[in-house]
Amino acid sequence: MATKASRSAARLMMAPAVVLLLGWMLVPLTMTIYFSFKKYLPLRGGDLGWVGFDNYARFLSSSSFWPSVQATLLIVGGVLAITVVFGVLLAMLLDQPMWGQGVVRILVIAPFFVMPTVSALVWKNMFMDPVNGLFAHLWKAVGAEPIAWLTEASLPSIIMIVSWQWLPFATLILLTAIQSLDSEQLEAAEMDGAPPLKRFGYIILPHLGRAITVVVLIQTIFLLSIFAEIFVTTQGSFGTKTLTYLIFQRVLESQNVGLGSAGGVYAIILANIVAIFLMRIVGKNLDA
Amino acid sequence: MGRITLDKVTKSFGAVEVIPPLDLTIEDGEFAVFVGPSGCGKSTLLRLIAGLEDVSSGQIRIDSQDATAVPPAKRGLAMVFQSYALYPHMSVRKNIAFPLKMAKMDPAEITRRVEAAASVLNLTDYLDRRPGQLSGGQRQRVAIGRSIVREPAAFLFDEPLSNLDAALRVGMRLEISELHKRLATTMIYVTHDQVEAMTMADKIVVLQAGVIEQVGSPLELYRTPRNKFVAGFIGSPTMNFIEGPEAAKYNAHTVGIRPEHIDVSETEGPWSGVVGVSEHLGSDTFFHIHETGLAETITVRAGGEVGFNHGDRIHLTPREDVMHRFDAEGLRIE
Repeated sequence: MATKASRSAARLMMAPAVVLLLGWMLVPLTMTIYFSFKKYLPLRGGDLGWVGFDNYARFLSSSSFWPSVQATLLIVGGVLAITVVFGVLLAMLLDQPMWGQGVVRILVIAPFFVMPTVSALVWKNMFMDPVNGLFAHLWKAVGAEPIAWLTEASLPSIIMIVSWQWLPFATLILLTAIQSLDSEQLEAAEMDGAPPLKRFGYIILPHLGRAITVVVLIQTIFLLSIFAEIFVTTQGSFGTKTLTYLIFQRVLESQNVGLGSAGGVYAIILANIVAIFLMRIVGKNLDA
Repeated sequence: MGRITLDKVTKSFGAVEVIPPLDLTIEDGEFAVFVGPSGCGKSTLLRLIAGLEDVSSGQIRIDSQDATAVPPAKRGLAMVFQSYALYPHMSVRKNIAFPLKMAKMDPAEITRRVEAAASVLNLTDYLDRRPGQLSGGQRQRVAIGRSIVREPAAFLFDEPLSNLDAALRVGMRLEISELHKRLATTMIYVTHDQVEAMTMADKIVVLQAGVIEQVGSPLELYRTPRNKFVAGFIGSPTMNFIEGPEAAKYNAHTVGIRPEHIDVSETEGPWSGVVGVSEHLGSDTFFHIHETGLAETITVRAGGEVGFNHGDRIHLTPREDVMHRFDAEGLRIE
């Protein structure tokens, strides 16, 4: 790929993909921005003309806006914390030689293959149902009052469901990272007098730094936009209305495309703010 | 103090016995080298001494204290690994200070010891760098630094020079020998390179398949190898072995003669052969002689200026006083 001819040929061959990706991104973005400046009510008169920043002001002043931002951040933060902590622990467990290692690894990864809608339904009906759910039976078995999970502890319930889905991803990435740790480093630390907990703190955890960063960044992208889990469980009630869900309600339930588009632009801004903070905190791990 | 005694130590991995019962004593202040072909159990033996592997049976004593069940950190030994095993996310300073920090030593004392070790090893300018920014030789020195700050009873080296290029290896070899002279601490050094063993050791332990073939000073092993294996392993190039009627003349199953103990001549000598490849090193020339009727190839060392051409027929005279005789089992006949 060094000569001038091969370089221009390469550019020519890459062009279709680049144009396609650019269109894929630019067209929806432009349309969102376009609609966000319009009063557009598909079932109540259609396009009613330009309204300037009216939609932005209305979305922001809505009483559901700040709670939805808060719910979004709580879910993202909660799921990240749970998946990273348990991911590290599970990865270390799976790294140990044991009988049936291959089967166990596949079982651990399995939840990732279950569709979000399905897994949320399974959790809602099989585990969290206050009458027939497994948790209810468990609570009754020890003589406690069953918890109506999705109404009384709705946000933790959703965090639990989403963590269950994403834990395999974190575990998988962290497992490969742990496997790349030079065992001589651990032995050297052992000879240097570091007990197991210190070996974890001084050797294993720093080694996992980069993998944890990757897990946190990738999961954040997907967690900011979780939808199905909320849609099939609480429908956004009991304080589980995320920004994504709020936008969905504005566009499809209130049939207000302009207002929803303004919300979409806010979602982009929120995602960028989160991204900046994350890169500040964990991004330095990706250097060197 | 660091006198290490192995008493009937064995090691098995599952059903495979890697080290059959083995006795060995390494005196205080000695530089002992474990040498042998790869897979001979020398690294395993070192790891047993370090405590990184448990012995299957037998006893390890350090300064007459039973250390068999003592965890590695408490044995007072320091180890330098083949991959150096530096902590990549810590600066050189923190790497060297790590064992002291784990021992909860006073920070002022840690600083003093780290600086002292760094100046001994010429690392003072690199203390704030990360291992990734250092060359192979510097990393090696950091690994040594990390082991000397603890002032251990003995140092264990696991093939520490095998990742370095040839020139650096010679330099580091000298540095480690210097360090041993200065510290006068017991050192156990594992290598597959007999040159390292010959140049550095006070005592060489030749291992094959977990069995000690011979223990002795470098020159003892060179002059009186106990068996064919040791004879072939020690010395470079390898000793020539001749079997059959020629060996029978000396009342032996096999006779061994080192390349440096054969004289070459154009005209006379009891053996003759055709010159194959010649390796000119300047100071020496090694000829590989074929068609001698004695062995497939006979290697001969001659002075640097001797010039025979490929295909020349030449004559060889072995020096009978330094010829080694072995019986059918490969054991030395005195």
